Amino acid sequence: MSELHLAVALDGAGWHPAAWRDPSALPDALFSPVYWLSLVRLAERGRLDFVTIEDSLGLQSGRYDGLDGRADHVKGRLDALLIAARVAPVTTHIGLVPTVTVTHTEPFHVSTQLATLDYLSTGRAGWRAQVSGRAVEAAHFGRRTFPAFDLASHEEPAVQAHIAELFAEAADHIEVVRRLWDSWEDDAEIRDVATGRFVDRDKLHYIDFAGAQFSVKGPSITPRPPQGQPIVTALAHSRAGYDLGTDIVYVTPTSVANAAEIVTEVRSLGPAKVFADVVVFLDPERKARLDEVDGAPYTSDAHVYTGDAAGLAELLLSWRETGLDGFRLRPGVLPADLSAIVDDLLPLLRAEGAFRTDYTATTLRGHLGLPAAQNRYARTEVTA
Amino acid sequence: MTKFSGKPQKQVVLAAHFPGVNNTTVWSDPAAGSQIAFDSFRRFAQSAERGKFDFFFLAEGLRLREQRGRIHDLDVVGRPDALTVLAGLAAVTTHLGLTGTVNATFNEPYELARKLASLDHLSGGRAGWNVVTSSDAFTGENFRRGGYLDRADRYTRAAEVLHTARELWDTWPADEVTADRAAGVFTRTGDPGHFVHSGQHIDIQGHFTVPRSPQGRPLIIQAGDSDPGREFAARDADAIFSRHGTLESGRAFYADVKGRMARHGRHPDQLKILPASTFVLGTSTEEAVEKAHHIRRQQVSPQTAILLLEQLWNKDLSDHDPEGPLPVFDPVLDDDSIIKGRTRLFDDPLATARQWRDLASEKGLGIRDLIIEVTGRQTFIGTPSSVAATIDEFVQSDAADGFILVPHLVPGGLDEFVDGVVPLLQERGVFRTDYTTTTLRGHLGLDHV
Ligand SMILES: Cc1cc2nc3c(=O)[nH]c(=O)nc-3n(C[C@H](O)[C@H](O)[C@H](O)COP(=O)(O)O)c2cc1C
Repeated sequence: MSELHLAVALDGAGWHPAAWRDPSALPDALFSPVYWLSLVRLAERGRLDFVTIEDSLGLQSGRYDGLDGRADHVKGRLDALLIAARVAPVTTHIGLVPTVTVTHTEPFHVSTQLATLDYLSTGRAGWRAQVSGRAVEAAHFGRRTFPAFDLASHEEPAVQAHIAELFAEAADHIEVVRRLWDSWEDDAEIRDVATGRFVDRDKLHYIDFAGAQFSVKGPSITPRPPQGQPIVTALAHSRAGYDLGTDIVYVTPTSVANAAEIVTEVRSLGPAKVFADVVVFLDPERKARLDEVDGAPYTSDAHVYTGDAAGLAELLLSWRETGLDGFRLRPGVLPADLSAIVDDLLPLLRAEGAFRTDYTATTLRGHLGLPAAQNRYARTEVTA
Repeated sequence: MTKFSGKPQKQVVLAAHFPGVNNTTVWSDPAAGSQIAFDSFRRFAQSAERGKFDFFFLAEGLRLREQRGRIHDLDVVGRPDALTVLAGLAAVTTHLGLTGTVNATFNEPYELARKLASLDHLSGGRAGWNVVTSSDAFTGENFRRGGYLDRADRYTRAAEVLHTARELWDTWPADEVTADRAAGVFTRTGDPGHFVHSGQHIDIQGHFTVPRSPQGRPLIIQAGDSDPGREFAARDADAIFSRHGTLESGRAFYADVKGRMARHGRHPDQLKILPASTFVLGTSTEEAVEKAHHIRRQQVSPQTAILLLEQLWNKDLSDHDPEGPLPVFDPVLDDDSIIKGRTRLFDDPLATARQWRDLASEKGLGIRDLIIEVTGRQTFIGTPSSVAATIDEFVQSDAADGFILVPHLVPGGLDEFVDGVVPLLQERGVFRTDYTTTTLRGHLGLDHV
């Protein structure tokens, strides 16, 4: 049976909102590079496929729309892509997948930033593309006003139209980023002294994208990155997000049966790999303590696993039967639950032959078993 | 050598510009390495840090340059995203300032302020931003807003972007994050970072997400020469990247810009003037001069000579022989430049053409030799000791506070300077022998904000 792919999702002090109050947490270090480097190195010691790093263009909030005013939860973040860049030169194998919002950002900048991350990591870059529908974040840019909405008004036609527009823009954004990565052929740089030319301009391509929210001419200012196409991923809770042209979709099944349905639906739309997100607490007592401190039991969009490593291994192996390619585990408390994943869970999966004992590739595409990315602009050789 | 008695010796500021998209970067030399592999950036930056430089510097250009409607293929093409590379360099250096050029027209202040403050955290207080203002519609074709900004507004927008960024950097008090487990208080306020900015170009409000960074505010650099550009620098910048690298023009520029500062309530020491400069070193003056000429020939290939000539003539001159005479007709005076994606080079093309013709006939120069003569002669040519003396003289006589050195080779182009000239500047007592602070503002003697 083929091996699982495993990623961890890093966010602040962990996914439990009171995680920073656990005695094992490092809440004073959340904005220091050393904190992030040690987490990523820990994940690399576990030979995980990649880490994702959460981000947003606004303050963390427990509420769907506005802010929550809570001083007892972690607030504040560093730019995830720059954290990944800071970590890249001093790690060797693990994939680095920062979250970058598509809604207010320039696809041109996002493309060169991710390409640059791919250079810094020699082929380990990925992207968790994220839609922002929040009115508070739109106000940080002042160029569009979004309707405020919440779970109750979610199904109203105006809100649905707004969301559809955001997802259409996300698909366009991803398309532009991908075209820009291909806008240089791999052998565009020639350094031909005889003709005085540094590049062969016939191998640089305008992308000429025109969409509802933006038009982009190209070519990129950055040569095609080492992977050609870094890995594009997105978290999705419904069909709109399954179909954005990503390489990986993170989904949030609640049961084996639900996982099977979702896998079937995603597969019907395209070739993306499907990872299930699972929040992981490998110390039930710690989870109970944090719930108590926080004043409410922890809930999530994803399945929440609380128990020992053996139980988690069993869950992952049984869910895998539905055709899932892998999992993105969200550690409840950092670094404690990440340590437990590496030291307790992975040996069990390895004993079942379900996870690699060492890296066999040096790029993220390699870890995922994806072939070299074809360049959409490269002329295929015509044989006479 | 002149001694400037009575006045304490000024310390020289040194920065290292990673050579890039420009014909001064020689790609044809056997020693020329990759312009894009991270290893080139790492080696170059580590060399600067070995030389105790104040900072590393990266330029930016957001559209591939074109000439006569085609992508310019003779110079180095392609570069990484500046702030992303700088974050990587933070991992492999410990003291060196890390500065990058980022356009204020095609970036939004919230996102940019966030990235710069993040870089400051990730580098332990070493971040700097060169605020540039290119606003042409040609570059705009790569961005959401297109060519939306009138050229006349480029600095009002830049100033407002910078002021907004400062407001955002100031939103989190230094002690906002308490992370007090027992009290259950992570931040003093429930939703920190509140701001409202309402101005001519920017109308935003909400909450900034990055806690106050080690420098408070990253270093601000300005590079632009116009009157509004100088005014912007005198009011808002901590350093200027200038084009004025000769003694006379340097002194005039220095006096002009520093003279503007009092009106903005600032002291002249709060702004460091750093001309772009190039250098060629030899064991003798003759050897250095000869090397300088060899490098100039590498920089100005026959094809590049024609291309540079076309930039003045504003016309297709591909039928001209690079070794032959200048065109007999005058430059085309047309608002629509044949070159896109770089700043205009000539204010009075007819007068410049006349000068070039006179010089060519006087010295009997063909096109390529003329171009070599009139463009981009290296700033410092000589032995390490003569170059060290000249740099010291320029700084002590207020032609500069220091220099942003632009070597002609990647990645090893700085090594000769670090090994040869830096020790002599240290001997003269005008350059640090080791870092005494850990932040970029600290290196420059500028207070943390
Ligand atoms: C030494 C120097 C370096 C510059 N480097 C850049 C650069 O890397 N990227 C860029 O877009 N503009 C660059 N510029 C252009 C200026 O930043 C400025 O935007 C432009 O010159 C228009 O302003 P001005 O009219 O005041 O000169 C540079 C200018 C100077 C003098």
